[in-house]
Amino acid sequence: MITNTDLQYISALARMSLAEEELKPMAEDLSSILDYIAQLQKLDVTDIKPTSHVLPLKNVYRDDSIKPSLTQEKALSFAISKAKGAFKVPQIVDN
Amino acid sequence: MSILTQKDFETVIGLEVHLQFSTRTKIFCGCENAFGKEPNTCVCPVCLGLPGTLPVLNKSALDSAIKTALALNCTVNSYIKFDRKNYYYPDLPKGYQISQFDFPIGHDGYLDILVNGNPKRIRIHRAHIEEDAGKLIHDNAEGCSLVDYNRTGTPLMEIVTEPDLRSPQEAYDYLTALKLALQYLDVSDCDMEKGSLRCDANISLRRAGETRLGTKTELKNMNSFKAVKAALEFEEMRQFRVLATGGTIVQETRLWNEDKQATFTMRTKEEAHDYRYFPEPDLVPFIVEDAEIERIRLTLPENPQAKCQRLQKDYGLSDYDATIIVQDRHLADFFEHCAKHSGKIKKIANWIIGPLLKELKDRRCSVKDLSLKPEQFVLLVEKVENGDLSNLAGKDILITLLEDGSKTVEDLIEKSGLSQVSDDALLESIADETLKEHADVVTQIKNGNHGAVGFLIGQAMKKSQGKGNPKKIKDIIQRRLFNA
Repeated sequence: MITNTDLQYISALARMSLAEEELKPMAEDLSSILDYIAQLQKLDVTDIKPTSHVLPLKNVYRDDSIKPSLTQEKALSFAISKAKGAFKVPQIVDN
Repeated sequence: MSILTQKDFETVIGLEVHLQFSTRTKIFCGCENAFGKEPNTCVCPVCLGLPGTLPVLNKSALDSAIKTALALNCTVNSYIKFDRKNYYYPDLPKGYQISQFDFPIGHDGYLDILVNGNPKRIRIHRAHIEEDAGKLIHDNAEGCSLVDYNRTGTPLMEIVTEPDLRSPQEAYDYLTALKLALQYLDVSDCDMEKGSLRCDANISLRRAGETRLGTKTELKNMNSFKAVKAALEFEEMRQFRVLATGGTIVQETRLWNEDKQATFTMRTKEEAHDYRYFPEPDLVPFIVEDAEIERIRLTLPENPQAKCQRLQKDYGLSDYDATIIVQDRHLADFFEHCAKHSGKIKKIANWIIGPLLKELKDRRCSVKDLSLKPEQFVLLVEKVENGDLSNLAGKDILITLLEDGSKTVEDLIEKSGLSQVSDDALLESIADETLKEHADVVTQIKNGNHGAVGFLIGQAMKKSQGKGNPKKIKDIIQRRLFNA
């Protein structure tokens, strides 16, 4: 069973705050997913190649040719806050 | 307990260099890969991380990465995939960076450098490609940061050494050698001022003789190789002081402060890094065939060290001359073109290292950016060597040639009347006149004041309006004074 400490850590990484009453059902849901993974891990996969992608595709490239970009106005049109042609965000690093 | 000195500790340094490739477009979208544009004008839904968009790998970026990995003697993986490195920071609009985790482009390479004149092999742990992040401008007064996503998605190669470096100076030497090797590849402008080449450093100390690594700190925010060296020197001393007084080093990231010439703990609201790498589902894997690797290997230029050795062997250049000439691949090519047209190789080398290099430095450009033709340069040097042109006139003509590639040395000599006078009869009459006009000086010289000979030569040169062959004038005057 997933602990409350685990949950708090995961929710912090995901930038999601969980209310007290959400903790228990969330722990149950995540635990059942982990239980399922645990079942999969019991399978013998010795002769099976690791799969990083489900599509039977490889080497999908693009030529190095320039395509039009958005205008600054368009790029910033969905910004919650903007200034001087840039997206404005809360400061992260204290200098 | 005895007092510990710095000699009781060994410094261990590893470097992470980030190199931006100068492809036309970004790594996963068709936005122009440009520096210095108005903020947020080279962006599109893909590099802004808008929902529903998909990245597609730029083939040129992959080729540049393979070329770089090969130049660093790495084993190139035939199976390449991308992974998501998850972290929340505003310079990454998606909330993750597309990078490489377990199957990087290259691994287990090396770069040979010189440490105090002795060769040393610095092992390259791995070299992988990823997308660069956006640029944050911190506004302390406003308590906010401004984000420009133009840089987001610039193809970036991260080159990580093994912890093989043993001093800040070695780190500096490695960076210098690495930059030169990278410049030869023509995959990046390697300009630190523009951020095309950036370096983070890991440093730890351990007791001499110890084989386990000590606790390291990671240093960031160094904007030049000199700053990397200074930051490492500061940190080496800081760690020594902590350890020598029985303290322990905290594993952390520290930022170099150029003004204060010191490193400071990076205070961040971010919690401990937990990147939760997983395979990037939006990009399929890449198989690099051996034939493709060999095709790219054939495009590798001769590396600077090999070129330096060969210039000495093939053209008899000194180690010093060859080392200077190979600092710019195009200058080395220029030298070789010239050397094919001339027997006076040493003189050519002198003129390249002296006047030509000075002009290039003044103009902050490479010889490839100018229209100077090797044949004309050779002709110019030979004219000066033969005495047809004075040194000074030669330099003047060089400047004109650099500015206008359609001009020839012959034209310029004719037009300017700079041709040096070597006519013996004319020079003798000039010398005689000079001696007559300065009879008092001649007397002084005959009484033992030999230092005044230079004055007479100067006066004779003046009389010839600077066109007299100075060597001949000197010979004539000396003959008149001492052998007559």
